[in-house]
Amino acid sequence: MTYTKKTINPTIAIDFTDQVVLVTGAGAGLGYSCAVAFANAGAKLVVTDISREGLDKVVQELKNSGTEVLGLLNDVTHSSDVNAMLEAIVRRFGRLDIAVNNAGIATPLQEFHEVSEAEFDRVMAVNLKGVWLCMQAEIRQMLKQGRGRIVNMASATSRNTYPNASPYVTSKFAVAGLTRTVAVEYANRDIRINAICPGNVATPLVVSLVDDLSVLAKKHAMNRLGTPEEVANGVMFLASDLSSFSTGSLLEVDGGWNAI
Amino acid sequence: MSRMLNKIAIITGAASNPGLGYSTVMRFAQEGAKLVITDIDMVGLAAVEKEITAMGAEVLAMEQNVVDEQRWQEVIDATVERFGGLDVLVNNAGIAVLKPISEYTQADYNMQMDVNLRSVFLGCQKAVPAMKDSGGGSIVNMSSVAGMRAMAAVSVYGMAKAGVQILSKCVAIEHAADGVRCNSLHPGLIETNIQNDARRDNPEGHAQLGTMVPFGRMGYPEEVANCVLFLASDEASYVTGAELVVDGGLIAG
Repeated sequence: MTYTKKTINPTIAIDFTDQVVLVTGAGAGLGYSCAVAFANAGAKLVVTDISREGLDKVVQELKNSGTEVLGLLNDVTHSSDVNAMLEAIVRRFGRLDIAVNNAGIATPLQEFHEVSEAEFDRVMAVNLKGVWLCMQAEIRQMLKQGRGRIVNMASATSRNTYPNASPYVTSKFAVAGLTRTVAVEYANRDIRINAICPGNVATPLVVSLVDDLSVLAKKHAMNRLGTPEEVANGVMFLASDLSSFSTGSLLEVDGGWNAI
Repeated sequence: MSRMLNKIAIITGAASNPGLGYSTVMRFAQEGAKLVITDIDMVGLAAVEKEITAMGAEVLAMEQNVVDEQRWQEVIDATVERFGGLDVLVNNAGIAVLKPISEYTQADYNMQMDVNLRSVFLGCQKAVPAMKDSGGGSIVNMSSVAGMRAMAAVSVYGMAKAGVQILSKCVAIEHAADGVRCNSLHPGLIETNIQNDARRDNPEGHAQLGTMVPFGRMGYPEEVANCVLFLASDEASYVTGAELVVDGGLIAG
């Protein structure tokens, strides 16, 4: 954290009052921060997670802050789960305005030739197939509404390398391609689809992989990790009408990682 | 609205209406910025100055040819003298000389590269010290999707805009430790005066381009201005060296 000279106030002032916002993987990390940020901006929240503990925590916190919230225990790798999720959303709120497809995992860092087939399959199932299934269900609903906004959680490694994280990088590259392709398919039906490419943030996922976070900081030109709020700002920008002419775009919030 | 409250911002190419500079000026004024607006067209600039003064914005209007190195320094110095620092620079001024490569003259080439690329280099170079003195800042350079994908009749324009893209990343890297962020913005087809020029120079090709936008429409200058605002503001405090595309899906399509 070398740069503190100027006081930064990264609070975004976008109003999402009464918008129905889905955040998958909201029990921890970036998903949690996105859910809180949308709630603070007036949205009604649907939060999902595979972990009961994380889900209960975010649901309780959102309720405490006066947010209307629906919590769903959900595994994004199963179409039956994902379709049930959309049915529950529509039953409760009647529509889905914004979806943040955030749920994601990583394997422990290891050399490519050591990665097991099971690990590869697991990462691809959550990070890629999960987004694919969620987008399908979300878009089916958004087509009925004639409008929708989707933000996929890609990564700085959607455009760059991260040695010893081959399954993760592969999945995130694919999310970028999927985002761009599907965005074009629905561009003329008022469904905007973009992805955010965060650098490293000290989320549980990142902390579980790396012992020394200061090493990670050096990957970023700013020589610091991002904050969850900074990533949430990017997500909210892409979800809001401020980005009304952007679809199929990838927004880096990575402290300059990809510029190097 | 106060997303740019008291931020001191220079915007070049501010007079052209409809245009990206003009829309950015209006958006920044709405959000509470103190504005230095420059253009080569003093008549147009005076109209913009009058309009935002009436909105209650503090504004300094200066004639500026962005290829003039000395004038850049004068604009920076005048900004610091008037407002006490520099937080944001929007290198927006640009032109479009669109014609087939075979028809390009050396004079066309020089003018295009000077106004669209060398000017941005000069602006970044002169602005960074003032931003460092102000404790950091944000530079937004107006590039284009033409710097990322090949299009007919766009050769030198695209070369200049591709240059702006990599220049922005280099500024981001060199000055991250100084708290200076620098990003490039890549609009697609937007309803501005520059599109009117393109329509005039190459009506057939231009009409074809329009049908290529997956959104089925061109963008509005205000939609680009909202992106400038995001990159310029503290909302984007972890965004540097990034390339933000605002093109209705054009290059993804």
